Amino acid sequence: MSNKSKVAQEKERWESNVVNKLINKFPERNANFTTGSWMPLERLGLPKDCGEEYFEKLGFPGEYPFTRGVQPTMYRGRFWTMRQYAGFGTAEESNERYKYLLNAGQTGLSIAFDLPTQIGYDSDAEESIGEVGKVGVAIDSLADMEILFDGIPLDKVSTSMTINAPAAVLLAFYIAVAEKQGVTKDKLNGTIQNDILKEYIARGTYIFPPKPSLRLITNIFDYCSREVPNWNTISISGYHIREAGSTAAQEVAFTLADGIEYVRAAIEVGLDVDVFSGRLSFFFNAHNDLLEEVAKFRAARRIWAKIMKEKFQAQNPKSMMLRFHTQTGGSTLTAQQPDNNIVRVAIQTLAAVLGGTQSLHTNSRDEALGLPTEQSVQIALRTQQIVAHESGVANTIDPLAGSYIVEEMTDRIESEVWDYINKIESIGGMVKAIEKGYVQKQIQDSAYRYQKEIESSERIIVGVNKFQTKEDQPEDILEVNPRLREIQSQKIADVKAKRNNEKVANKLAALEAGAKNPDVNLMPLILDAAREYATLGEICNVLRKEFGEYKESIVL
Amino acid sequence: MSEKVRILIAKPGLDGHDRGAKYIARALKDEGYEVIYTGLRQTPDSIVATAIQEDVQFIGLSLLSGAHKELFPKIVDKLKEQEASDIHVFGGGVIPDRDIPFLLEHGVEAVFTPGTPISDVVKFIESVK
Repeated sequence: MSNKSKVAQEKERWESNVVNKLINKFPERNANFTTGSWMPLERLGLPKDCGEEYFEKLGFPGEYPFTRGVQPTMYRGRFWTMRQYAGFGTAEESNERYKYLLNAGQTGLSIAFDLPTQIGYDSDAEESIGEVGKVGVAIDSLADMEILFDGIPLDKVSTSMTINAPAAVLLAFYIAVAEKQGVTKDKLNGTIQNDILKEYIARGTYIFPPKPSLRLITNIFDYCSREVPNWNTISISGYHIREAGSTAAQEVAFTLADGIEYVRAAIEVGLDVDVFSGRLSFFFNAHNDLLEEVAKFRAARRIWAKIMKEKFQAQNPKSMMLRFHTQTGGSTLTAQQPDNNIVRVAIQTLAAVLGGTQSLHTNSRDEALGLPTEQSVQIALRTQQIVAHESGVANTIDPLAGSYIVEEMTDRIESEVWDYINKIESIGGMVKAIEKGYVQKQIQDSAYRYQKEIESSERIIVGVNKFQTKEDQPEDILEVNPRLREIQSQKIADVKAKRNNEKVANKLAALEAGAKNPDVNLMPLILDAAREYATLGEICNVLRKEFGEYKESIVL
Repeated sequence: MSEKVRILIAKPGLDGHDRGAKYIARALKDEGYEVIYTGLRQTPDSIVATAIQEDVQFIGLSLLSGAHKELFPKIVDKLKEQEASDIHVFGGGVIPDRDIPFLLEHGVEAVFTPGTPISDVVKFIESVK
C-alpha cells in the first residue's frame, strides 16, 4: 500500500493551516525562491512516498516533534540572528565594540563578562588580580552597565548575557538601565545563560552550591514569567560540555539532562510547566564533522519535544520546541596557521544553519591566540552573511532530511542520548550525577581519547600534526590594558562615595533576610539593591554568607 | 631505582578551562610520573603551599584567561619567599608567543602552547629533573 496520498494530504494541511497563517502575518523574504541558476526551489523537500515512520520521526517544520525545525518557514521567513559574543576591558571600550558590530550589520548583542564579574567579585577584590577585563567586560555596579549600553536603545536590540551564578544580579542591572532609558520590562528581549549545572560540569564559574543555585534560577523563571515575559530565562548549554571534550551525543545528552533537572525544579516549586517552558532556550556547539553535527541538532530537537510532552505532560507546543543558539567550536581552532580557522568556522557555520539554529556566533580566526581583533571579528561575521546570502542553503528548510546517512546518524545519536539520560535518572538526577563525578568522567574520557589520537596522528589536524609550516604569529593580537583593575577600583570608590549608603545597607539587609526564607523570590530584592548602586560583589557576598560556596569534586 | 618524579598541575586565577590541565595531568601519569591536580581557582599561596606539602619537583601551571603575566611570576616569587626555588615551574594555555620571553625571564622554565606533543613536556622534565 502506498502512503503517497498521505504525504500529499499532510503537506496540503501543513501549508494551508500552518504556513499560510504565518505568512499572512510574517511574509517570507522572497515571493519565489530559486537556486543560483534560477531553478525553482521548494520550501520543503518531502519523500514522494513514505511509511508512518516519516510522520513520527520527522513531521513538518513548526510541528511536533520539530525534527525539521521549530518554525514553519525557518530561514525563508527570517535568517538566524547573527550574534557575536563580545566584550573586554572597560564598559566604555565594550560599548564602542557593540556599536561597531551593530553598524556592521549584526542583529543582536552578546555580552562577554570578565571572570570576576562571572564569579561575583568586584574588580577591587583580592581574587580579581590579573583577571579584570581579560575575557570580557568588567561590570561592578549599575554605573558600569549604564556606560555599557549608552546610546543603545534596549527596546530595539535583543541582548544575550553570558552570566550564570550571578545571573539575577546582571539581569537586575539590565532592567535598571532600561528603566533609566524609559523602557519598561515587558519591552525587553534577550537571554541570560543562567545555567549553573554546566558550570559544575564543565565551565567553572559557579559560586553557590546546587540547592540555592536552583532556587535563584526558579526565582528568575517565576519573576520573568510575570514581569519580563519576552526574556529567555535560561540558555541550557552544551557548548562548554563539548569544549571540555565530550562527544556530540554526550553534548546533547548532558544538556538535555540538565534541562530535565531545571524543569523538575520549577515544577517542584509550583510553577506551571506551560507557563515557563516556552522561555527555555538552548546553546550548542558546532564542530567540524558536518554531517554528525547536523544530525545532532535534529536529534536534540526531537528528543526535547518527547521529554516535554511525555515526561512533563506539557500541552503547549511552544513548551516542546528546542530553540537554540550555536557557537562555532573554540577548541577546534588552532594557534598554528590561524587563517585556516576561517575555513573551519565556515564549515561549522554550515553545520549550524543546516541544523536549524536560531542564532549564531562565529569565532574569529585568532581566538586560539587571544582576544580577536576587529578585522578578525569582521571576517567571522562576513562568514555568516555569505552562508545566508550566497550559499542558498537558507532557502529551503532542513535540506539534509531524507539523506540515508543523516537520518541514520540522527537516530543513532537519539538512541545514545536516551541511554545517557536513563543512566543519569537512575543515579538520581543530574545534581547527584555531578556530585558523583559521573558526567565529568564521561567527558574526560572522551577528551583524553581525542587528544591521544592527535598525539598518535590517528586524527589529523591540519597545521598541527600534518602540513605544518614555519611561521610567525600575527603581531596584532589584542592586549587588554594591564591597569584595568586600578581603573575599575577607582570607579567603585566613586560610586560608593556618591550613592546613598544608608539605603544600600537597608536593601542589602532586606536581601539577607529574604535569602534566609526559601519561600521568598529574591529577584525583586536584588533589583532594589541594584537600583541603589549596590555593587555586584556586595550583593553576591550577602548570598555567599547565607548560601555558602560550592566545592568542586575533582575527577581525573 | 630512583624515586618517581612528583608533579603538581595547577590552575591559578579564576579561569575554568581545565581540559588542558586535566589532559596533561593524566598523560604525565601515563608516562609514569606521580601527578597531583589542584582543581580550579587556586591562589599563588595555595599552589605554593600544596607544592611544598606534596614535595613535588615540578609545578605545571595552566591558564587560558590571559592573566598569565600577572599570576605565573607571582608563583615563582612565592616559591623564592618559601625557599623552594628548587621546584621547577612550567606553564601552558592560551599564551601568545610575544609573552613567552617575559615569562622565561620571570622564572618560568618552559611554556607549552596548544598543539605541543606530550613527548616535548616529558623531554623537558627529564632534562631538568
